[in-house]
Amino acid sequence: MARVTALGQAALRWVSILAVLILWQVFAEAHVVSAFLLPSFSTVSVRLYHDVVSGDMILAVALTLYRAFAGFALAAVFGVAIGILIARISVMRWFFDPLVSIGLPMPKIAYLPVFILWFGVFDASKILMVTFSAIFPVIVASWAAADGVEGVLLWSALSLGAGRRQLLWEIALPASMPQIFTGLQVAMPISLIVEIISEMAMGGEGLGGSIMTEMRFADSPGVFSGILAIAIVGAVLVKAMELIRRRLLLWHPEALAG
Amino acid sequence: MRSAVVRYSPLLLLAIAWEAVPRLGLVDPDTLPPLSAVLRAWIGLLRDGDLAVNGLSSLQNLTAGLVLAIVVGVALGVLMAWYWPVEVLVNPLVRILYPLPRSALIPVMILWFGLGAASKIAAVFLGCLLPVVIGAFNGARGVEQVLIWSARAAGATSLEVLREVVVPAAMPEILAGIRNALALSFILLVAAELLISQRGMGYLISSFGEAGAYDAMFAGVLTVSAVGFFADRLYLLVMGWALRWRG
Repeated sequence: MARVTALGQAALRWVSILAVLILWQVFAEAHVVSAFLLPSFSTVSVRLYHDVVSGDMILAVALTLYRAFAGFALAAVFGVAIGILIARISVMRWFFDPLVSIGLPMPKIAYLPVFILWFGVFDASKILMVTFSAIFPVIVASWAAADGVEGVLLWSALSLGAGRRQLLWEIALPASMPQIFTGLQVAMPISLIVEIISEMAMGGEGLGGSIMTEMRFADSPGVFSGILAIAIVGAVLVKAMELIRRRLLLWHPEALAG
Repeated sequence: MRSAVVRYSPLLLLAIAWEAVPRLGLVDPDTLPPLSAVLRAWIGLLRDGDLAVNGLSSLQNLTAGLVLAIVVGVALGVLMAWYWPVEVLVNPLVRILYPLPRSALIPVMILWFGLGAASKIAAVFLGCLLPVVIGAFNGARGVEQVLIWSARAAGATSLEVLREVVVPAAMPEILAGIRNALALSFILLVAAELLISQRGMGYLISSFGEAGAYDAMFAGVLTVSAVGFFADRLYLLVMGWALRWRG
């Protein structure tokens, strides 16, 4: 089993991306399958370039990110608040415990038609659908984090004269941060996935909406350039979350390990 | 028993609220049909066979895609950990494709395989493959060398070591990967069926929604939620049973 250095791994990643793209191009040029089923990489990238230059793709990415981030932000704020309240207040625990234990594994996407019925097919409906799907992992992570804050930390702060508010903002929340952030890192890709599905079902521009339109018009280079764009956006988001985590948790022992 | 009643009493409260709010006219019964109407619609779906036909179709496609993903994924993950050429070839690909929002694949699967079962199975398979591969890879990579050396010293062949030592030792992480895949399979299948389909639970829900039969729509939504929830609970039981030898 080979152990490769970090630099070697990064190089390897780019080599293998390149290899896949070349394979895609060669396979498509060989016309084993029709250009409709698999347009070549060059066709797709030219299309992507044109969509970016004309502004269509930029608009689509902006719309999708706006709704995904709005839904994610709501899920983050309310998820963390609910999770911490569950850990601290027994009535909250009694009420939310069965709801969370059912809501977490349940396929939330089935509620899409309910959201359409209640909130229509515009931004509000998509944003709330994202929040509904992304909030459960955040609640569970914050709950576990707030439950696991070491008593010693709290007692020390108390004996140094910290008030309840200080205890929450300066001790409990920072100490819970790594676990809460793990929940947010789970919620971010969910937000993007659900936003794209919601656009596919409800229309209204955005990356998912335009792919669906292109599919209906049998515009296969358009579909593939949309997927390429989604892949890039997804990869950038995941990477960004990792960087933010490293920056925010610079003070935490976990930063030393990596 | 008593503690279970106390534990799940919030659900009962919600059910009562669901019945009362539309009955009292606080919201339009079209927007939220009372729970009793939803249950009546559910019995209707059960009687006229809508639930059986579409539920069975969904279950078949889900199982086919998931089983395919598990078989291919475990094989690929273990091979990646075992033979470094496979790791060099496949691991970077896995890392690149992992963050791809998998719902993006649904339109391509429909372009490639049409509106029928094949496109749903392919979407579930591709969506579930990577979590299984990563679970199997991490599990097999973490197997203690001592175990492998002992097996070798006892005269086991490569294949025997793989089957008798590596796969069982990697089992907890393989099973955890499959649990992720199980949750994903429901999302992908229901999404694909909601978007474009002629059969399945997602199709049933969206067509009742479009026709304005909201009591039946809610009945379908509740059914899918319940099946998804119980599938996860059942899987946890199976997981506990499969790992009981670890103590």
